[in-house]
Amino acid sequence: MFNKILIANRGEIAVRVIRACRELGIVSVAVYSDVDRASLHVRKADEAYHIGPAAAAESYLNFAKILDVAKRSGADAIHPGYGFLSENAKFAQACVDAGVKFIGPTAASMEMMGSKTRARQEMEKAGVPFVPGTSRGLESAEQAEQVAAKIGYPVMLKAAAGGGGKGMRLVHRAEELKSALEAAQSEAERAFADREVYIEKAIINPRHIEMQVLADEHGNTVYLGERECSIQRRHQKVLEESPSPIVDADMRRRMGEVAVRVAKAAGYSNAGTVEFLVDQDKNFYFLEMNTRLQVEHPVSELTTGLDLVHLQIRIAAGETLPFAQEDIRIRGHAIECRIYAEDPDNNYFPSPGKITLLLLPSGPGIRRDSGMYEGWTVPIDYDPLLAKLIGYGTDRTQAISRLTRALHEYFVGGIKTNISLFRRILTDADFRAGKLDTGYLDRLLKSKPPELRGGHPEVAAIAAGIFAILDPASAPAVNGNSFPRAADGTVGGTAGSSWKRAARVEGLV
Amino acid sequence: MVYDITIDGKGYRLELERAEAGWRCRLDGRDIQMDAVLARRDVLSVLIAGKAYEIKREHTATDMHLWVGSVRYLAELRDPRSLRGRKGTDADEKGPKKLLAPMPGKVVRVLIGEEQPVEVGQSILVVEAMKMQNEIKSPKKGTVRKIVAAEGANVNAGDVLAIVE
Repeated sequence: MFNKILIANRGEIAVRVIRACRELGIVSVAVYSDVDRASLHVRKADEAYHIGPAAAAESYLNFAKILDVAKRSGADAIHPGYGFLSENAKFAQACVDAGVKFIGPTAASMEMMGSKTRARQEMEKAGVPFVPGTSRGLESAEQAEQVAAKIGYPVMLKAAAGGGGKGMRLVHRAEELKSALEAAQSEAERAFADREVYIEKAIINPRHIEMQVLADEHGNTVYLGERECSIQRRHQKVLEESPSPIVDADMRRRMGEVAVRVAKAAGYSNAGTVEFLVDQDKNFYFLEMNTRLQVEHPVSELTTGLDLVHLQIRIAAGETLPFAQEDIRIRGHAIECRIYAEDPDNNYFPSPGKITLLLLPSGPGIRRDSGMYEGWTVPIDYDPLLAKLIGYGTDRTQAISRLTRALHEYFVGGIKTNISLFRRILTDADFRAGKLDTGYLDRLLKSKPPELRGGHPEVAAIAAGIFAILDPASAPAVNGNSFPRAADGTVGGTAGSSWKRAARVEGLV
Repeated sequence: MVYDITIDGKGYRLELERAEAGWRCRLDGRDIQMDAVLARRDVLSVLIAGKAYEIKREHTATDMHLWVGSVRYLAELRDPRSLRGRKGTDADEKGPKKLLAPMPGKVVRVLIGEEQPVEVGQSILVVEAMKMQNEIKSPKKGTVRKIVAAEGANVNAGDVLAIVE
C-alpha cells in the first residue's frame, strides 16, 4: 500500500480523496493555486504545496509543478480526481516516467478512450453498439456539411477530447453548422488544448445512462450498476440517481456486460464509467468511456455499499478485486444533487463570491460531499461545483423525500446557488414518475414555476425589524452613523460598492 | 422603535419594543404575540402564536434578502424619521440602457461593433466565468452606442459592459 498520495485537484473531490487517504492510513498531499490557499482541501490535507497562479494551465494542469511536488513531498502515488489532469494520458505516462503511481488506468487505455474518435474505431471492432456519425475528427466545415447531409439533421458536434459539455453543439440546420463548428473547436481548444471535433446524428431527447465499472490490474472487471444522468443543463449533469427508473435487472445485466466488454477492449484498469445514450425503445448506444472517477460516484457507493475511492487506491496498489460480479448487490436508491454557485434567477450565471452563511443538512440517509465552508470566497477561476448532496432511501420515494427534506435544511448565503432548482425538480410530477430524458430540465425551466406555498411576508417584515435591533452588526446601522445612508433613507441594501450606490441613486439597478 | 418595511414591494409599518417578557410587536396597527431569538448571526428563530419560523438574512451587493424557510423575500427597512421622497428608480426604457456584468469574469468576445443596430435579446458580448461562456444580451432594440469592456477585459459584477440606446 502507498505511504503518501498527492491529490492533483481541488474542491470537493480533493476533500473526498483526502478523506479516503485518512481512512486508509495514507498521508495526503494537497496542491493549491494562488486563489486556493484558503480552500477546504488545503485545510484538510496532511501536507499542502503551492503550485502557481489561478490559471489552471499554470497550476492544476502543470505536469512539471505537480510532479515536482510529488518528488519533494515523497508521494508514491497521485490521485487526479476528475477534470484537470484526470483524463490526460500524457500526464499518466509522465507519472510512470517519474516513478509515481497514477491512480487510474494506463496511459494507453486513456489515450484510446480519451480520443472519442479512436475509442469509436476500437469499440466498433469489439462489436459495441453506436450512434451513426464520423469516427474521426472533422477536417473542414465542408466535410462536416457533407457528413451532416448524409446522416441527416439534427447533428451533434463533439470535442474529441471532451467531457462535461465543453466543446459540444447541437446543430439543427446546415446554415448553423459552420459557426457552431468554429465555436465548438475554439471551446475545445480552450478547455482541452485540442481542437479536434467530430459529428454524430443527434438522438433527440434520449436518456443518458452510464455504467460504473471497476477493473483490477489482474484482468478482473466488474460492473456496479447504472446511474441515470438524464437531468442536464447545457450538457452538464445536474442530478443523478441510481438505479435508473427504467432499468430492470435484465437491462442492467445487458448494459453491464457491454460496459465490461468496453473496458476489456481498452485494457482498462481502475474505476471507469461507460456512458450510453438510451432511446425511447430502451436501445442503448455507446457514447464514451470516462476514464476517471465520476462526480456522481457517491450514488453508486450508496447503492452498492462499496467505497470507490478506497477501491481505486487498492487497485492501484496492485491488489486484486476483493469480490466477483455475483457478489455485487444493488440495494436501495440514491439521488445526488450537484450544488453549483450559479443564479437560478439570472439564467444560471455563475455566482462566485463570499459565503456569508452556511447552514448544513444532516439526518437519516443524507450524505454531503463539499468543498465549501462559511467565510470562504468562491473563486471565479474554476468550475462552479461547490458540493454534492446525496439522499439515500430503501426506495426511490424515500430517497426523494429525504433529499427534499434536507434541501429545506440547506442554506448557502452570500452567493447564489441552484438549491431551489432541486426542490422544484424533486416535486415535479414527471420527475416523480421517472419520466426523464436529456431535454427534461430545459422543458422544466421553460414551464411556469409552481406557486410557492406557505409564503409569510408578514413574518419577514417582523424579522426585518428584529434583525435591525438584535443583529445590526452585519448590516448597515439603522440609527447610528457608522455607515453612509443611501439618499432615499434605505438601509437594507447599501452594503455594496460606491459604484453600486451611485448606480442605485441613478436608478440603474 | 418604528420601521417602515417593504417586503417584495409591499409596505408594512412595524412597531417593536422590548417588553419585560419578550417583545411588544405591532404590525400595521395589529398587536402580535411574538417571541424571537437570534440563533446566530443572520439567523432568527421566531415564534408567532405557537408557530415556529426560521429566518435567514443575506446581503447581496445591492439588496437585503430574508428567507422564511425556503422562501426568499426582498426586504427594505427604513427608519421613517429619516424618510425622504424616493427618487424615481424605474429605468427609462427610452433612454440609453447600460448592460451590466451579471458576475465577475472575463470578456472573451465582443459580437457587435459600436453604432450597430441590435434586436431585443441579441447577444452583444460573451463573458466567461468559471469555465462557462455566457452571452450578454441586449435588453432593448436599438443601437450599440458604446462597448465599454474590450475583449480580454476582466470585469466585476455590476460593471458596465456596453450601452445600448
